[in-house]
Amino acid sequence: MSEVTALPNGWQLIVGLEVHVELATKTKMFSASANRFGDEPNTNIDPVTLGLPGALPVLNQHAIELAMRIGLALNCKVQPCTFHRKNYFYPDLPKAFQITQYDHPLNVDGHLMLPGDVCIGIERAHLEEDTGKSTHFGGSSGRIHGSDYSLIDFNRAGVPLVEIVSRPDIRTSEQARQYVAELRSILLAVGASDAKMEEGSMRCDVNVSVHKPGTPFGTRCEIKNVNSIRSVGRAIDYESRRQVDVIEGGGTIRQETRHWDDATGRTETLRTKEDADDYRYFLEPDLVPLVPDQSWIDAVRAALPKLPAARRQSLSELCGVDKDGESAFVVVERGQDDYVAAVVAAGGDPRRAVVYVQQAFAEQGATPKVPAKDLAALTILERDSKVTSTQAKTLLTDLIEAGGGDVAAMASKRGFEALDTSAVEAMVDAAIAAEPGAWQKYCNGEEKALGALVGAIMKSSKGKADGKVITALLQAKRP
Amino acid sequence: MQKLVDIVAGVTSGSLKASAVVEEHLARIGARESEIHAFNLVTADQARVDAAKVDEDVKAGKKVGALAGVPIALKDNMCTRGVETTCSSKILQGWKPPYDATVVTKLRAAGAVIMGKTNLDEFAMGSSTENSAFGPTKNPHDVSRVPGGSSGGSAAAVSAGFAAASLGSDTGGSIRQPAALCGVVGVKPTYGVVSRYGLVAFASSLDQIGPFTSDVRDAATLLEVISGHDPMDSTSIPQPAPSLVAVLDHGVAGMRIGRVTDLPEGCEPDVLARLEAAFDALRNAGAIIVDIKLPSIQYCLTAYYLIAPAEASSNLARYDGVRFGNRVEAADLNSMYAATREAGFGEEVKRRIMLGTYALSAGYYDAYYGKALKVRRLISDDFARAYEKTDVILTPTSPSVAFKFGSKTDNPLAMYLCDVFTIPTNLAGHPAMSVPFGTGADKMPVGVQVLATTLGEQAMFKVAAELERSL
Repeated sequence: MSEVTALPNGWQLIVGLEVHVELATKTKMFSASANRFGDEPNTNIDPVTLGLPGALPVLNQHAIELAMRIGLALNCKVQPCTFHRKNYFYPDLPKAFQITQYDHPLNVDGHLMLPGDVCIGIERAHLEEDTGKSTHFGGSSGRIHGSDYSLIDFNRAGVPLVEIVSRPDIRTSEQARQYVAELRSILLAVGASDAKMEEGSMRCDVNVSVHKPGTPFGTRCEIKNVNSIRSVGRAIDYESRRQVDVIEGGGTIRQETRHWDDATGRTETLRTKEDADDYRYFLEPDLVPLVPDQSWIDAVRAALPKLPAARRQSLSELCGVDKDGESAFVVVERGQDDYVAAVVAAGGDPRRAVVYVQQAFAEQGATPKVPAKDLAALTILERDSKVTSTQAKTLLTDLIEAGGGDVAAMASKRGFEALDTSAVEAMVDAAIAAEPGAWQKYCNGEEKALGALVGAIMKSSKGKADGKVITALLQAKRP
Repeated sequence: MQKLVDIVAGVTSGSLKASAVVEEHLARIGARESEIHAFNLVTADQARVDAAKVDEDVKAGKKVGALAGVPIALKDNMCTRGVETTCSSKILQGWKPPYDATVVTKLRAAGAVIMGKTNLDEFAMGSSTENSAFGPTKNPHDVSRVPGGSSGGSAAAVSAGFAAASLGSDTGGSIRQPAALCGVVGVKPTYGVVSRYGLVAFASSLDQIGPFTSDVRDAATLLEVISGHDPMDSTSIPQPAPSLVAVLDHGVAGMRIGRVTDLPEGCEPDVLARLEAAFDALRNAGAIIVDIKLPSIQYCLTAYYLIAPAEASSNLARYDGVRFGNRVEAADLNSMYAATREAGFGEEVKRRIMLGTYALSAGYYDAYYGKALKVRRLISDDFARAYEKTDVILTPTSPSVAFKFGSKTDNPLAMYLCDVFTIPTNLAGHPAMSVPFGTGADKMPVGVQVLATTLGEQAMFKVAAELERSL
């Protein structure tokens, strides 16, 4: 396990994550109302959603299938399972209980791999229903206490959720961020959720504790309202240091739920264990056990797409980029790795293809408009020093704006042509003669002087000499 | 009293007008309802419209349904679109559901004419209708006595001729016990045979809708119409409605009838005498009487009064005054919830919510709810062993004939004992029905209960029909 703890005095961080994701079904978990974000409030409702007397839940088969996809993608065992009622009063919970899975969840005992072969155990990934959405008006905190009034939108009530519970295997805030990012990538790849943290279709609760290695785990605090991958890291960094400070100051950590305030960068007590609800779980009598038969499980497994880790591996082998690096991660998460492969197949330079797509195709989705052969042509122009890298960037923008086209024609239209090496060499020699001071410093090992020389040569070439070529020539000429 | 099957035959052939049938029943309601109080709401105008529609269809030569022109009353815990559904509770007073229960849809499709919504113990919790927020229903045989409960209004409506048939719900005996006390037939089908969609839940794992009628053939006819798989109810059994009318004349020769030798004590001698007479009648018809034991039956009442309140405490938590029913305004949200539930629920409902909440609480679950679930398995095992030796089981329906108003209201346990013979069936999910079998003390009706195993409705109806014929 990689060991990058930044806590003082030998304290070790222990983190487990509970991630809720809304499933990308057409209808709700237990009724035929639409599952759609952003509609007019209280339009996607029905007797089941509102918990009207006499209404009964009926399981959404597509939700089960998406939950199975998540479980299988996380290497879980998919098993016969049951539903329970979790009873508590809250205005956005219309039945006064949430239907969830308790002692027999659908998916158990999986794992997820992080960069550097770090294995994070998945305890379970179970099905449940979402609550309505409360918005509190008045008061300063935006929370129910102290507000003047609240409005409830039941469009979200009954939306299918999968809660993915990790084992407490995470040891650094960086790993926690990687875990959430990797999980999000998997959810997108299997089409289970749009996993938008900013819209709440993916939400993280973070369990944090600290201990000294060789001693039992410390008391944990659960942090809620962590709404971005960046906040996951910040909240863990803050909370773990808070806990260390408390313990080293002679205090003890209470088991409690804490609220992350992104603006102040702090966590605050939301409720203590003593205040916690007794949820009075019992088997949901309105549903029967869910027993997915083996042929269904096998069919879902067989239909799973290639997962992000394997795709990054392929991309790495094809293009020579680091499989755990930013380029591979971003390109695969956007689903643009197939496109990169098409660019390479069209004769493109592999490494340039990945970098171009990563840097310029953020808005393009999985099937960019620019034909793969056109992007391939651009990478070749640059590789063969027909255009400089700066010119290539301009042409890339042109190509995206035009949705493709003849790159060579675009280059000549803009008057782009890279000088050939002999022409550049002449300019390099001229510069050495013109700037003897700088040259002497460079020859004496002052690397900073190189920049000034390169800049002067590029300027005199009016951008037609490639910076990389100039640098290579200067390095070669240094005694 | 007109039989359901005779009304259907007459209306379908054109010899009888549905409108005339409805008027006769409305006239009887007009004459006696103020005394009996079987209904929370009589929907006379709509009933007349619906009956006229049936008559038009017959006249036009259109095909009419299996219940054409039959006046039927509904227990007021079944949702009727646009028609107040109260569960005889103040907390739901004024609530008009935006949808019909599946049974209501089926009744309408079959051409039945809905007469109104009948009184019950609040949220179906009780055995006498004395727990109704709107006053008790009287037993038509003796108005100083209870009609039984919780479906007392539905039983009384059939007994008094206010409707040819009615529907009730049975969680621990709420169809069979009032049927026995009012001298009518009452059936609790196998759990999952009749859809619960639109039945306001009391205890979801036990609740089942079933018919009240004046005889066994009517009950079979009505049950055939309301049963069958419903995709809106996940606990609905995925198979077609059972064929029942066809077996009524098969007789019982060679059938094995179970006699429970370890029946709980406390049954009145007049009731036990009628049970013996029932065994004699079946023996005379060629059946074989078999002694069986149900050792766990003594724990059933206790288990039921943990399981049913536990589920009720969860089912009734939604009545908070926000989205439907009555609201008592208060300074803040929590006070509004408390004031609404304090004013809206009656004593028995509150008692059961407290009991159920306690039984499910952390630290008590294993000792109470968990144990009760074990008893539920044990009684199912007992029944399974018994049904290896016998086809049906005969017991009393109620330990006594209808009792006087107020005689058990101060003692909840005495009231709970009314269901001692009916509860095991609900715990096992089995079918059972009460058949009128003569009279007991004070010439009040006595019912005999016929029990069968899961989906054993055909055997149950054969025996019930034989008992009826023997009278």
